Amino acid sequence: MSGDSIWIIGASMTKFARYEDQDAVDLASTASLEAMADAGVSIHDMDVLAAGTLFQASTSMGQRIQKQIGQTGIPAYNVSNACATGATAIRTVYLSIKAGEADMGIAIGVEQMGKMGLLSGATKSERNIFEPSGRYGAVMGVDGFLGTETMPGVFAQAGMQYAYENDGVGFEQFARVAYKNHKHSTLNPLAQYQKEFSMEEVMGAPVQSYPNTLLMCCPTGDGAASVILVSEEKLRSLPTETQKRAVKISASVLTSDPYVESGQVQPDVNTLTKNAASQAYEMSGIGPEDLDLVELHDCFATAELIHYDNLGLCEPGGAGDFIDSGKPFRDGSMPVNVSGGLISKGHPIGATGVANVFEVATHLRGEAGDRQIEGAKVGLAHVIGLGSSCGIHILEKAS
Amino acid sequence: MSEQVPIVDYLVLNGSPYLEANECGNCSARFFDRRNACASCGGTDFDRIRISNEAVLTSFSIVHRAAPSVPVPFVSAIVKTDDGTSVRSNVIGLDDPMDAELGMDLILATYSCGTDDDGKECIAFGYKPV
Repeated sequence: MSGDSIWIIGASMTKFARYEDQDAVDLASTASLEAMADAGVSIHDMDVLAAGTLFQASTSMGQRIQKQIGQTGIPAYNVSNACATGATAIRTVYLSIKAGEADMGIAIGVEQMGKMGLLSGATKSERNIFEPSGRYGAVMGVDGFLGTETMPGVFAQAGMQYAYENDGVGFEQFARVAYKNHKHSTLNPLAQYQKEFSMEEVMGAPVQSYPNTLLMCCPTGDGAASVILVSEEKLRSLPTETQKRAVKISASVLTSDPYVESGQVQPDVNTLTKNAASQAYEMSGIGPEDLDLVELHDCFATAELIHYDNLGLCEPGGAGDFIDSGKPFRDGSMPVNVSGGLISKGHPIGATGVANVFEVATHLRGEAGDRQIEGAKVGLAHVIGLGSSCGIHILEKAS
Repeated sequence: MSEQVPIVDYLVLNGSPYLEANECGNCSARFFDRRNACASCGGTDFDRIRISNEAVLTSFSIVHRAAPSVPVPFVSAIVKTDDGTSVRSNVIGLDDPMDAELGMDLILATYSCGTDDDGKECIAFGYKPV
């Protein structure tokens, strides 16, 4: 190992679940103490801390965690970037090390959502007077009148747009994505759900926003994940065993959504993912054909399918054939979401982008237990936050 | 007849309702809301233009679960008008929501979506099959 790469030397995540006896600070502290123990370092080795949470973004989460794991006076960055929050926290530490301000740092993602239900959509007002307000001069909430604002529907439309533009994509292909991820989750003890469902059960579950049924939507939940990052120079000063288990960050990319004509009425989750992927592949010198596993942002089954194409995992327009061929199953040629994905592992929003990196890193270290992808050397973690942001990290096993 | 108001200010109500947009004088990008500058090119001159009522259904979702105040099911739609503008609305006038089909030809139509405490009627727009 030589050069100025950034490495991961410790990683941990809590099981995703609904915790009634622990708060977000507890979960984040648990993941952080475990990640530091995993790396064989302590809070006194940290030069920087970044904490990501969406729903508690204004609560100084980083400093609240420090009160539980050590107040050493280092810079604490509190970050919030929708579902890309965790990836943004990692990138904040990554950039601090790249800038030469830190040798080692901790990135944390955490969320406590409980049974939050549908995200976005109508809120009922007591007032019933039609007066124009806001940038569209709306006289009332438009959700349900001018289309849907809820996440299952917005992502359903993203998938159906792909179905409109490409052959071989329909309800069955979307359902197969969820069938796969539920099946994968049975091997992951950290997943919120670990239950396999048949295709008939997936397709026959209550429809949320067609084509997404309940079993094709991620749950809300609680959880945290942490990773410890170091500079290459710092890594060389650490014990041999730490160096052997280190995972290289070969690419770290964050993009936002560039202008497209339809973007004002339907968030474009494609262009920013394609842009992030091409930057990440160029930065790392790694192509999609080199990947041994991918953790991508399957907030809904319709989303996973289109990201096969956006990340270049399949031929352009070929996402339907790709899932039908079995390639993204764990025994296929391009395993996708072997953790169970957001659909079954869960999606505590701020934690997700760190948990995906934990998952890939754990496979590259050969420490993923029953769900291990044998011989995995290279992996990609992808998240999308509506608004929009896309974070991609490509990781490589130490050679 | 009671006073009517459009659900959003880009819906123009008269004998034959239509949508309006702010079109960038430089690059022709269209926006239904006001923009400080064009998101596509940065231009700051906009013209108010009329959007075609004819459209094609390019994506949809049949929404069965929504906030309690929203009647379900409904067909949320992304349409592309004949003059190339994407619009989000509902497909209306279907006997069965499952009759929605990608690529179907649609035309803008309006309907009443409620009356406020002062008796003012709100008019929404959707797209119905041709």
